[in-house]
Amino acid sequence: MAVEHKLSIFRGRLTFASNTQKIWGVLIFLSIVTVVEVALGIFKPTILMSYFLGMKLLNWIFIILTIVKAYYIAWDFMHLRDETRSLTSSIVLPLVILIPYLVFILLLEADYIYNVMTDGFVSWNF
Amino acid sequence: MDATLTNQSENEKIWGGGNKPLNSSYGKMMMWFFIVSDALTFSGFLAAYGFSRFKFIDSWPIADEVFNHFPFLHGVDAPMYYVALMTFILIFSSVTMVLAVDAGHHMKKNKVAFYMLLTIVGGAIFLGSQAWEWKNFINGQYGAVETRGGQILQFVSADTGKRVNITSFAASIPTDREQHQGRNGIWYASESTLPTYSVEEIKKGFINNNDLLVKTQQLDENGHKIVLSREESISKIAQSVYVVEGANLIRNEYGNRLFANFFFFITGFHGFHVLSGVLINLIVFFNVVIGTYEKRGHYEMVEKVGLYWHFVDLVWVFVFTFFYLV
Repeated sequence: MAVEHKLSIFRGRLTFASNTQKIWGVLIFLSIVTVVEVALGIFKPTILMSYFLGMKLLNWIFIILTIVKAYYIAWDFMHLRDETRSLTSSIVLPLVILIPYLVFILLLEADYIYNVMTDGFVSWNF
Repeated sequence: MDATLTNQSENEKIWGGGNKPLNSSYGKMMMWFFIVSDALTFSGFLAAYGFSRFKFIDSWPIADEVFNHFPFLHGVDAPMYYVALMTFILIFSSVTMVLAVDAGHHMKKNKVAFYMLLTIVGGAIFLGSQAWEWKNFINGQYGAVETRGGQILQFVSADTGKRVNITSFAASIPTDREQHQGRNGIWYASESTLPTYSVEEIKKGFINNNDLLVKTQQLDENGHKIVLSREESISKIAQSVYVVEGANLIRNEYGNRLFANFFFFITGFHGFHVLSGVLINLIVFFNVVIGTYEKRGHYEMVEKVGLYWHFVDLVWVFVFTFFYLV
């Protein structure tokens, strides 16, 4: 049962000779991303401490890097790259639509509760 | 049979029947849809964690101060290195899994078995690491007191600014108080294990020791915990009603009560996924060894369990970010 694999990553900029090589290549890429995350988490550069859309810039970078890692795990380790477009969409679209929606309503509500507890006429520090 | 199917599908539309429109077998598709639903479950947990965190945005515990242990480095402040190591272990076991799937495509039985075994070992190491992490979290390191309002007060040294263990300053007040169990009190009531020190012992020891200050849960604008002055500390410590050592589902010495609950719940649920992944991997490994898939003519089962294993890795990537980094 020979299976066809698409061997290019980074939008075709990097093409591997075999599937095994692609796996090791993706591992190296994921490791680099993790090392960058840990290094940023330890040194916490002061430039990245400014706020953007309610969150520290550093946290935005962490979240974006996490999604990058998730993309390569799903696309190369779970072989989504080799599946038909309809299967890929039926897996990814529900998640891409529902999760941001859930996160958006919950975090907005939490921020509202935080404001009520700090600015409201209720003492929470008894 | 195959030939007629191919002829039909050329003439008819993709969804007209007689072929596999998604070009994927039933088992693999069902595994994918299970993964989608499980991903939604985990995102529900993580979004709930985010909810609590944004609700208590100015008093949430700082992960670097909680998870700072590393094996064989006692007393060394090593934030994040250990979880980073765990992440690498899990990513690496993901790689051996995908190598097993690849070997399965080429029908190389021994290679599949070897890589499956490596994957199982990686999963077991990860589980052990998580157990160690839980052990440290549950035992705690310094201890703290809780005020009437449920605020956690930790102790720092005024000289060094470092955390101080309650055992190093607690006064000794002899008392007859012992744990209430069914056999030594009223039989239908009991209580959980008493803390090592009573609140009075901590209060007295704190007042006797001029070097100590109270560290509150509140964060200043730079994201550091606010340390009170000596006078404020003494008035604050008078409000304490409970000594907290380590963490359980009710209170924890790290700060907000929800923090420990979410930690146990989310990493526990993920750890349970890893455990079941290791067990399923073991079953598939034995099937590979006795040649079940060789007889069947394909190694699709390895591919399916591989999907699940990668998903577990994927979830850990998110747990790592939201619990330890952000």
